[in-house]
Amino acid sequence: MAEPVPTVIADDVNIIYKVIAGQGGKGTAATAFRRILKRQDRPTIREVHAVKNVTFTAYKGDAIGVIGRNGSGKSTLLRAIAGLLPPASGAIYTGGQPSLLGVNAAMMNDLTGDRNVVLGCLAMGMSSAEIASRYDEIVEFSGIGDFIDLPMSTYSSGMAARLKFAIASAKTHDILLVDEALATGDAEFRVRSEQKIKDLRAEAGTVFLVSHSLDVVLDTCNRAIWLDKGVLRMDGDAREVVQAYTHETTANR
Amino acid sequence: MSNAAGPAETVDLAALAERHGLSRSSARPPLGGYLRELWGRRQFILSYARARTYAMYAGARLGSVWQVLTPLMNAGVYYLAFGVLLGTKNGIHNYAAFLICGMFVFTYTQRSMTEGSRALALNLSLIRTLHFPRATLPLAYVVNELNQMAVSMGILFVLVGVTDGFAWRWLLVVPALVLQTMFNLGMTLIFARIGTFVSDISQLLPFVTRTWLYASGIFFSIPDKLADLDAPGWVIHLLSLNPISAYIDLVRRALLDDHSRHALPNAWPIAAGWAVVVLAGGFVFFWRAEDRYGRG
Repeated sequence: MAEPVPTVIADDVNIIYKVIAGQGGKGTAATAFRRILKRQDRPTIREVHAVKNVTFTAYKGDAIGVIGRNGSGKSTLLRAIAGLLPPASGAIYTGGQPSLLGVNAAMMNDLTGDRNVVLGCLAMGMSSAEIASRYDEIVEFSGIGDFIDLPMSTYSSGMAARLKFAIASAKTHDILLVDEALATGDAEFRVRSEQKIKDLRAEAGTVFLVSHSLDVVLDTCNRAIWLDKGVLRMDGDAREVVQAYTHETTANR
Repeated sequence: MSNAAGPAETVDLAALAERHGLSRSSARPPLGGYLRELWGRRQFILSYARARTYAMYAGARLGSVWQVLTPLMNAGVYYLAFGVLLGTKNGIHNYAAFLICGMFVFTYTQRSMTEGSRALALNLSLIRTLHFPRATLPLAYVVNELNQMAVSMGILFVLVGVTDGFAWRWLLVVPALVLQTMFNLGMTLIFARIGTFVSDISQLLPFVTRTWLYASGIFFSIPDKLADLDAPGWVIHLLSLNPISAYIDLVRRALLDDHSRHALPNAWPIAAGWAVVVLAGGFVFFWRAEDRYGRG
């Protein structure tokens, strides 16, 4: 058997980012001046060590479920793979440009769904001719129907998620990163998008899927990564990892 | 199997990545490649600019009529304040055209800067969703302002046409605006980067631009003012280095009949120099942070 081709390599990755953490001090002009005079850093800024020494290699045809509790660094890891959040140390190597698909990813809310389709595709680097030929397919896949002529601000969160997924999956990606984007859709859409992920895997792409629905992970992924407080706890066959994960979460109860 | 890895495996992974031609995910592309990528997205820049214009006026009853009304009303207010109430027009033939030339040219650069400083901050969600060269956003903002400038220029042509009549030197407006647009692109890229990392800049910019407004000879003629004050000869050369003054002067030379008396020295070379330096510098400045936009 030929050597499997790696598509994503994470090499001892650490990610630290600064966050503005709620209220610190009274937040008045006087306190702000005192802070500047004393040369203090803004008290509200805290460093978060979100991902700690994570190493793994993903191969062509892999669909990898990323599981873990809220705040364990799953989304952060995905954003780092997408190249949107550079690691503090270590390196992430990717073949081709990964695309990240998340729930809070908004397009332009004042514009109609139809214009968002065109803009989104142009931003991904598709040509006008390509968009014209794929347009019907995208709208059909999103299942938005007549709402496509209305501004996106009128869409429900589920509808917006459907449209975004449809746009992002219009292009063939070598690496697709899906961050909970399927959670808001209805059952019918979930089936369709799971099919799309399977197709993508079959085309020898690599899919990363962050999900709290373990069934979805079991259905669509062959492999899973378990993150716990930023540390990689387990990496292996999807069924085994999910089993170990459920074992621990139920044991802790 | 992974966490206990020693340095040996680290070397291995980097080598494995290189063997299969993988690249670092958050590395910024080389300058040439970045330019090519940008050129590939020119359709996106235009569509995005158009969509933004549409969204901007979508809620207003008069719609994009405001594109014409806003500069007209601006010109009216400044004419009332400086031409009528303060009586600054001394000795300038067709003061209304003189003033409005200055206002429109200035507004073009000012808006490019202030809007540009928010170009990335307002589009964070788009940046975090899709991968595209980030410079497309500030560039689209300048396209918007250029579009507005074209409308304003149309108004100015009508005004000067009615008062002074058409002349062939009007055509010089085109190279003048090309140079100014280059300058604005550079400024927008610079402030887009600064505004992303230091959001305080959007509080500060209005004061900077307002100071610039009063120093650029928009309401009065700089040479006349200096002659009144008996200033030494080098002062005019110093003040002429102000890029805004140069761009305003070029448009005035093209449109106004009697402007040679008030013209600034060396306006063309100064305007061209600023355009090239600021565009090239601004582009490189913006590109150097390409891998950091949208972080946090």
